[in-house]
Amino acid sequence: MLTILFDGIAYGMLLFILAVGLSVTMGLMNFINLAHGAFAMVGGYITVLLMQKFGVPFLVCLPLAFLGSALLGAVLERTLYRPLYHKPHLDQVLFSIGLTFMAVATADYFIGSSQQIVQLPEWLKGRTELGEGAWMLGMGHYRLFIIAVCAALTVGLQYVLTQTRFGSRLRAAVDDQRVAAGLGINVNWVFLGTFAVGSGLAGLGGALGAEVLGLDPSFPLKFMIYFLIVVAVGGTSSITGPLLAALLLGIADVAGKYYIPKLGGFVVYSLMIVILVWRPHGLFVRKGGK
Amino acid sequence: MPHTTTSPSQNTLLSRARWTWWEVLLWALALASPLLLSSHALIINEIAIVALFALSLDLILGYTGIVSLGHAAFFGMGAYSAALFAKHFMPDPLVGLLVGMGTAGLLGALCSATILRGTDLTRLMVTLGVGLILMELANKLDWLTGGADGLQGVVMGPLLGRFEFDLYGRVAAWYSLTVLLIVFVVARRFVSSPFGATLKAIRDNRLRAMAIGISVNSRLAVVYTVAATLAGAAGALLAQTTGFASLDVFEFHRSADVMLILVIGGVGWLYGGVAGAIVFKLMQDTISSITPQYWTFWIGLFLVVLVLVGRERLIRPWTWFGAKGKKSGGAP
Repeated sequence: MLTILFDGIAYGMLLFILAVGLSVTMGLMNFINLAHGAFAMVGGYITVLLMQKFGVPFLVCLPLAFLGSALLGAVLERTLYRPLYHKPHLDQVLFSIGLTFMAVATADYFIGSSQQIVQLPEWLKGRTELGEGAWMLGMGHYRLFIIAVCAALTVGLQYVLTQTRFGSRLRAAVDDQRVAAGLGINVNWVFLGTFAVGSGLAGLGGALGAEVLGLDPSFPLKFMIYFLIVVAVGGTSSITGPLLAALLLGIADVAGKYYIPKLGGFVVYSLMIVILVWRPHGLFVRKGGK
Repeated sequence: MPHTTTSPSQNTLLSRARWTWWEVLLWALALASPLLLSSHALIINEIAIVALFALSLDLILGYTGIVSLGHAAFFGMGAYSAALFAKHFMPDPLVGLLVGMGTAGLLGALCSATILRGTDLTRLMVTLGVGLILMELANKLDWLTGGADGLQGVVMGPLLGRFEFDLYGRVAAWYSLTVLLIVFVVARRFVSSPFGATLKAIRDNRLRAMAIGISVNSRLAVVYTVAATLAGAAGALLAQTTGFASLDVFEFHRSADVMLILVIGGVGWLYGGVAGAIVFKLMQDTISSITPQYWTFWIGLFLVVLVLVGRERLIRPWTWFGAKGKKSGGAP
């Protein structure tokens, strides 16, 4: 039972890294970006290709996946996304679905539709077991590693958003673009940076998750719904909201698939609908925000 | 709504619903098309079904401003219930159509409670979630639906007890076109009624609509149910004319495609769905015969260009080289 809880937490943490970038672009910048999963897929493929073709060690691949997707995110933000910030949501939805379709077909064309496998280094492969019987806790080392990375990232993000100059600029730009610009904040740069970091985090999540979630060209569509659930349920007030939502979702999904495998994703979707009908703006709403 | 007197404002509303000669000609051509292009009857049937589906989405997206990514839920519901009804109870197409519409409408009425609150994002998520839940159900209840293999062995009886469905799909095409025409007429009357006018008021400014005494929630619930019923009709037609229902009817790409179709043709214009369906199906047919596997890439590119150029401008090519001097990407 504890093992399920542990796996659920690890899964939730992974979803959190994947989705937190989306929660920033979607929640703060008010852009419905369904193409977020495509950035995650890019990160995953960067890792897989570097490891398979060039023998780069796994730990080196992770930052490269982050940088690669961040760069791509920055380029796309500057060229395609920026003109759409003030368009209606319908346009944003159509645009990002289009982008996702293109990403899926492109990955299929260049890399093939087969599932890619990540070779983990030896020290991440083991599993530690504690306790006995029903309360036995089995911890895969890789899952422990994921939890550690996520915890570090969460603390780091929280620090950047609340304590640094960039964080306060971002919050100012989000609350009122005109006033922020009037105060001498370069709103375009702040949004560019934020979008790049968000995409980078997605890429990192994709790289970390390739082993757990599986990686093939349909990745963006398959997991899009999960990212969206995290953001919609968690609200966008802080990063604690999405974090808790991701953990809840991860545990519910793992436990649901373990105890009632017949129902599969049913548990998660129903949970989401109930929460959203109960609290349409997510569990945690930012006071005084948009 | 009592119709005892005809006020001037009512006349203005109704005048928009009046038929012009070119429309009559258009529909006559459409109904003659299975004869004129008899080798393409199958695709004409498909176009009519997709057009009906897009029309139903237009009622909520174009006329009421509800963004939905889960309209396939109702389409699939109609398809499965019509197919199951034909298999287990009665092979008559018209009764099956009504059953499909009824179940989809019922589902729509239930789901309408979920779209009343929240923002665009919440609605996107909830509609998407409903679609996914139904797909999951259809997949897992394999004793009823055949699971991932789909529901096979659906045999339809003759239409009106006289016209057998033939292999060339000519009867099917006429059947679908007729249903489309009837629905179109009803939908047009619906959106140009005072009720339809209040829907547009809600779309343009919900708060103001509430302030002038429109009961927003009940109207949204009604239009959502109506749209769901019509989507169910489209699904039922598909299942009946192909004799098959599979998980594909619930998939995300169906919801995305129908949104795209509507946007190509023009949102908030009943012919938009029809025009979009024709363009989309022909495009799909052409592109996927050239590159069967990567057709999604081109549709993605089309979507991106469409949004960047501007939805309004794409269907009006003469505005491409306008004051802003923005170049168009054109269609792929």
